[in-house]
Formats: sequence, C-alpha cells, structure tokens
Amino acid sequence: MRKIEAIIRPEKVSQVKNALEELGYPGMTLTEVKGHGKQKGLVQQWRGSQYRIEFLPKVKLELVVENGDSVDPIVTAITENARTGEAGDGKIFIWPIEEVVRIRTGEKGAGAV
Amino acid sequence: MRLSTGIRWSGRLSVIAVAVCVGLLAAASPALAADPAGAETLSENPNAPLDFVWIIVASAMVFIMQGGFAMLTAGLCRAKNVVNLMMKNLMDFAIGSLAFFSVGFALMFGADRGGILGTTGWFLAGDNYDVSQYLLFLFQVMFAATAATIVAGAVAERLKVKAYFLYSIAICALIYPIYGHWVWGGGWLSSLPYGVGHVDFAGSGVVHSVGGFVGLAAAIVLGPRIGKFDLKGKARAIPGHSMTLAALGVFILWFGWYGFNAGSTLSALELRTSVIAVNTTMAASAGAVSALITIYAITRKLDVGMALNGAIAGLVAITAPCAWVEGWAAVVIGTIGGIIVVLGVLFFDRIRVDDPVGAVSVHGLNGVWGLLSIGLFADGTYGNYTTEGPFVTGLFYGGGPDQLIAQAIGALVVVAWAFGAGYILFKVLDLILGTIRVPAQEEIEGLDIGEHGSSGYPNFPVVEDVPYR
Repeated sequence: MRKIEAIIRPEKVSQVKNALEELGYPGMTLTEVKGHGKQKGLVQQWRGSQYRIEFLPKVKLELVVENGDSVDPIVTAITENARTGEAGDGKIFIWPIEEVVRIRTGEKGAGAV
Repeated sequence: MRLSTGIRWSGRLSVIAVAVCVGLLAAASPALAADPAGAETLSENPNAPLDFVWIIVASAMVFIMQGGFAMLTAGLCRAKNVVNLMMKNLMDFAIGSLAFFSVGFALMFGADRGGILGTTGWFLAGDNYDVSQYLLFLFQVMFAATAATIVAGAVAERLKVKAYFLYSIAICALIYPIYGHWVWGGGWLSSLPYGVGHVDFAGSGVVHSVGGFVGLAAAIVLGPRIGKFDLKGKARAIPGHSMTLAALGVFILWFGWYGFNAGSTLSALELRTSVIAVNTTMAASAGAVSALITIYAITRKLDVGMALNGAIAGLVAITAPCAWVEGWAAVVIGTIGGIIVVLGVLFFDRIRVDDPVGAVSVHGLNGVWGLLSIGLFADGTYGNYTTEGPFVTGLFYGGGPDQLIAQAIGALVVVAWAFGAGYILFKVLDLILGTIRVPAQEEIEGLDIGEHGSSGYPNFPVVEDVPYR
C-alpha cells in the first residue's frame, strides 16, 4: 500500500477531486496548510509600504491505494489538474504504508483501504 | 463680531433674540434671563426652529463620525486589538462628553477672560440653562469628541486603556477647549490684527490639528509597536485586518462631514451651506484621486488604504476654508491634501514614528494646510459666519498677505499647543501610571485578552508571528 500526498493550490481542489473520483478514488483527506517553495511568498502593499506574505495557503490532499494499483494514473491526474505552469503549483510525495485499519469494522490491510 | 464673546457667538448662531439677550443687553443688565423652555426664543425669532432642526441633525451627523472613526481604526489595525479599540472609541466620547459638559464648554465658550479662557457656564447651569446654549453645546460636544477620537488611531495597539481614559478627560476638559476658546470663543487668535483675525470655519485647526498633533506627541512618547521597524530601522507594514471595515469607516466619515462643515454655519438661514457642502465633496474626491495617483507614482500599486486616507485628508483640509472658497479652489485644496497625506505617511515611517492609521498625516498635517489655504484661496464673498462684511479674502483674491499671516500664526500656535500639551500630558500619565504602554507579551498576544479578557472574533485565532523584537 502506498500513500499519495499532494500539496496543491486551494483553487485547484475541486478539479483534482473530480479527476480522482472519475479514476475510481473517491476517498481522500484534505488539510489546509501554509507553505512556500522556491517562489518565496508574495509581495503585497499596505498603505504605502510593501510586505511579504511568507507562507501561502495550500491544500494537502492525501489518499492511500492498494498494492496492486499503479500510482501513475493518480499522479498524472493530479499533475494535469493541479498545474497552472507558474511557480507555486505544489508537489506530490509517495509514501509506503505499513498497515491500514478500518475503525468501524477492525478490518486490516488491503480490504481496509 | 468681536465686541464680546456673547455677541460673537450669537452672531454665529444667527438667533437674533439671543444676540440681543446675551450680547448687548448683557452689558446693560448682567442678570439676564435664560430661556430654558424656548418660548421667548421662539417669540423673538420665529425662524429659530429652522436653526434648531438643522443643528440637531448636523450634530447627529457629526456624532455618527464616531462610528466612522471606530470602523476606520478597527480596519487598519489587527484583529487581536479590536476590543480595545472599540472600548477606546466608545469611552472617549462617553468620558470626553462628560468632561466637556462639566468643564470644557465653560472654558471654551464662557465669558472671556483676557482672550485666554472662558470662565462661565460650568455644567451648563445658571444662565446657560437656555435652549440656545444647549443647542450650541450639543453641536460643540460632538467636535470635542471628534478631536479626542483622532488620537485613538495614533496610539493604537499599545497604549494602556487606563491611560486613554485619563487622556480623554484631559483633551475634552482642557487641551481642546482652551485652544478652541482662542479661535471660536472670542479669544486672542480670533482678534489678531491681520485680515479678519485668525479664522477656522469648521475646525481644520481647532479639531483636526489638535487631535493630530496630540496624537503625534503620544506616538513619540509611546514608541513604535513591536515589529513596526526591522533590525535596520526600516519600516515594515503591519497590515490591518479588514480593508472592508476601513472603507466603511471612510464612507461614514464622509457622510458625517456634511454635518461637520455645513452645520458649522450654526444656522439654517445661512444659505452658504450649499457652497460648503459642494466644497466638502470636491475636496474629498480630489484628495482620494490625488493620494491614489501619488502613491501609484511612488510604488506602482493602486493602494486603496492610501486612497481612503486621501479622501479623509481632503475632508480635513477643506474643513477650515469650506465657507470661504470656490469649487475649483476646493479641488486644489483637496488635491494638495491628498499629496500631503502620502508624503506624510512615508515621512513618519522614515523618522520612525509609528502612527498605525496615519492620523498625524491625515489630521495634523492637513489641518495645518487647511488653515493656511484660507489665506490663499478665500475669495472675499463671505464674512465671518455671516453674509455681511468684513469678508475673508486671501492672497489670490487681492486680499494681500494679511489673512495668510493670521492663518500662519494660528497654525504655528495649534501645532505648538497641541504637541506641547500632548507631550506633557502623556509624559505625566507615564509617571503616574508607571508606564502608559502595555507589557510586551500583552502587546504580542493582543490588548483584547490582556486589557479586557475578551476577543473581538472569538471563533478565530488572531495572534500572528512577530519577526522583529
């Protein structure tokens, strides 16, 4: 099992969610996060003086897939739908998952995903 | 106009009956009868109800400017301090109006002693228990409270609320009324031997410069907010929490300003009110446009905060000359006001004075500009709160430099008086209270929790990172 963790622009969440649902992955968890990469925040102006918003709002989207499933279509779906081509589009991280437990039934492993 | 306080003020009221009672007859028979019911005033001046309706409406319009200042200050400051700001904005009116009622009004409008102070009318009692005096008080108490509330912005986000309460008493009982007496109460500035004497129609100097320069003194005594200047001393922006509230505040102020300026005729029978209202509008518009263009030229950003300040700057600048200039001059006065406010905000940032809402640039600097502009642009068509002469005439209309000299003297005096008195006041408060500034940790966490134990927006966390300490 693997976890796909994508940090994306907040305004791209619906588009990415729809693409993942079409692929057959309706389950996901979203977290509102803040961060910056190489783009280093955003300069704004307040009554004559400029200031930098160091950390910009982003959304962290997480979903876990079974062993048999390839992560490639998921990664493609996220990159295609979250991309604007500008700095700040975000990143995708893929993690190995040791165990999954469904709280309602106590099922473990692939069946719990 | 300047024979005595009584006559001067009655003239401004245009209530003939009162002019006769308070002025001329006062000299002959000092024990004149006040008119607490209003029947005599009405029978002697059937037009009095027009004046009463207009002045009460105008007073209410000036009152709502308190709400404008509250929203403007709240919007330009951070969410963690709004409870404290609302407390200060409410209490400077509540405490200040009690102080003005008890002491301030008598010092400002009581019988003149040596051109320096008024000495009668404490608590609006005795002969001041009179419908015309109560009417005058109602309008004037709004002005006193306006001067008081201007300072709230300059000291925002770091002044102890107790210090602010004591300051509110001092400005409404002493600082504002004493200077006010010199200009509006028959004092020495109004009888300067230049032009018609120093004049200030609705209070660019009496209200706005007083508030602005007391605010400057307070901001200097207090020192800048934590995080306002970086380690090299360069100013950092501390963005407020709501441009929406700030804009609402400006629109409320602009609305109220029609009462502030046009109400200052103190009479509905002075039809100059329409000229005043148009001048008020044009100066505000010109100020907003010129501030926007000025800041765009400097930073290449269409900065709404500056444009909002520019509108108020235009309003402050036109407050003194509003009754004595033509429409085009109001546009010029407002345009220069908009430039002054932008340069002022950048200047005070550079010399490391932290004025969170720009009160000193908006009210202090533009108040002075408004006073001076009379000496340049007054067109000689309107007298001293009356259609009769002597008319107020400035340099550009063949009046020579005399009126400008009177205006410059008044401007120097208001800066010296307000800054000096404000500086001493806040230094003394600092000694009495130990310090007038909240502890550093409280400033970082917000004054709402530390001073009041409550939060302006309880469902939202409002504490932010402080990069420079």
